[in-house]
Amino acid sequence: MIEVEELTKNFGVTTALNRISFRVKKGEILGFLGPNGAGKTTAMRILTGFLTPTSGTARIAGFDIQRQSLQARRKIGYLPESAPIYRDMYVRDYLRFISTIKGMTGPEGKRRIGSVIEDCGLDQVRNRIIGKLSKGYRQRVGLAQALIGDPDILIMDEPTEGLDPKQIIEIRNLIKNLGGNRTVILSTHILPEVSMICERVIILNEGKLIAVDTPENLNRSLTKHSQIMLGVRGPAEQITAVLQSVPGVLKVECRDDFLDSMLSFNVEVSQTEDIRSRLAEKIISNRWELLELRSTSLSLEDIFIKLVTREEEEPSV
Amino acid sequence: MKTWWTLFKREFASFFVSPVAYVVLAIFLIITGILFYSNLLWYYQNSFGMFQDPYMIRSMNLTDDLIRPLFANISVILMFMIPALTMRLFAEEKRSGTIELLLSYPVRDSEVILGKFSATLTFFVVILLLTLVFPVFLYAVSEPETGPMITAYLGCFLMGASFIAVGTFASSTTENQIIAALLAFGLNLTFWIVGWISPPGTGTMSTVLQYLSIIEHYDPLTQGILNSKDIIYFLSVTVLFLFLTNRVLLSKKWRG
Ligand SMILES: Nc1ncnc2c1ncn2[C@@H]1O[C@H](COP(=O)(O)OP(=O)(O)OP(=O)(O)O)[C@@H](O)[C@H]1O
Ligand SMILES: [Mg+2]
Repeated sequence: MIEVEELTKNFGVTTALNRISFRVKKGEILGFLGPNGAGKTTAMRILTGFLTPTSGTARIAGFDIQRQSLQARRKIGYLPESAPIYRDMYVRDYLRFISTIKGMTGPEGKRRIGSVIEDCGLDQVRNRIIGKLSKGYRQRVGLAQALIGDPDILIMDEPTEGLDPKQIIEIRNLIKNLGGNRTVILSTHILPEVSMICERVIILNEGKLIAVDTPENLNRSLTKHSQIMLGVRGPAEQITAVLQSVPGVLKVECRDDFLDSMLSFNVEVSQTEDIRSRLAEKIISNRWELLELRSTSLSLEDIFIKLVTREEEEPSV
Repeated sequence: MKTWWTLFKREFASFFVSPVAYVVLAIFLIITGILFYSNLLWYYQNSFGMFQDPYMIRSMNLTDDLIRPLFANISVILMFMIPALTMRLFAEEKRSGTIELLLSYPVRDSEVILGKFSATLTFFVVILLLTLVFPVFLYAVSEPETGPMITAYLGCFLMGASFIAVGTFASSTTENQIIAALLAFGLNLTFWIVGWISPPGTGTMSTVLQYLSIIEHYDPLTQGILNSKDIIYFLSVTVLFLFLTNRVLLSKKWRG
């Protein structure tokens, strides 16, 4: 459905995208993951025709984005970063405008607007001015706008950015449900979001594509070690020493958690076997109070750091 | 065509939610009203005085002594006011990022430009129609010549179209509306005064600079002289600046 080949974009001396190639199959949900300035937005802007690539090509449903730009754009619904929509318009007028511009008029357009309003939960705000809506609702209008042409492809740049946790969940569910058999590309900073929604992930860093895989594989290959968090009341040094002595433990970090008047231990362990019960046993047999024990996965930052450093060590990845 | 019409309607409607448009409309009508009244006063005082002077009385007429100075004044006001109408067109879309979405729809750049241009031109025509109260008043109290009145309005319309094209271009180059307005005003003024630096005589330099000057082409129209070269001049300026706008949009896609 989407074929990207050797896409490069330079802004003056900065290279925002460096020979990116990937393909997205019909119906697939693909995530762009990467730190700030990685080139996610630039890649989306090229696909949606707002920027022209310095070199390389991309095809959308078989249409070249440069030579057959109009046909390619007809296939796409796009939600840019922070949903830039006309703030001085009423929701219903705005959606009507979008539907005519995407070539949906008459009864067909009316029906489409109606169903999109329902899908995006915009019924109560249809007669309000967009600029006066809350951020979450503006985001929904943005999503509605992308969906109106009933596009085969949806491209969304950080669709959950800046929303409160409840709205994030709602928007995520919307995206999952509305995806249907559409091909979806979305970008995010949030790793769990990717594993929740996406079937495949592309990791970008400084304009380069450094990994393409399923979220599960990425997690597995990147996290050779896992972490266990323990909350204990007792003498810090002795506990650290005892934990160190447990086989399978690689590293122990101790932090004073003043709020709960307990010590937090971050224990890095190799992933070959589960040693959580052995750690608990040690604490209890020493008559210290075990208040908390849970395994924590690596955060997105850790993964970025690992990937980026790995890349520097072995540039052929 | 359909796309253009959709874009036109949205753009035209957005004038009526913009306070700037109302301010421009009000100021324009008030100032032209004052000018009309003062010109009229001047005209009547002088023409009464001239009854005593049999030489002068034949040379005073509505076209040359009322319509022509009035429209000369109006053209100066337009030079200031039209940039205030056009500054928003692209600059605001760029600042708020809506242009990114607009250009992701299946629309041609030229349709976007023409939609914005024609909507502004239509709003300008609405303003011009409101000034028709002045000629209506003249017809009520006197017998002005109809021909010069029509060509004067045509000149106003053509000059307005050129200024709007210049303003559209200026707006496409920046995301700052104030810069867009200043740039448009600067360009208008340049076209206005370029004739002043033309050397005396009929050399090539002089001919070219005279040809570029707006006044050279506008003044005949306010006197009722209809020349195709004047009309072609205004149309060329309009087309040239719309074309340049298209180039700016294209180059933004390359440079980011
Ligand atoms: N219009 C532009 N002009 C110059 N440089 C640009 C432009 N747009 C992007 N860049 C640069 O290109 C690089 C990639 O930017 P991009 O916006 O694609 O990153 P991103 O992955 O979307 O980041 P974020 O997570 O912050 O949204 C950055 O270094 C940025 O400074
Ligand atoms: Mg971005």
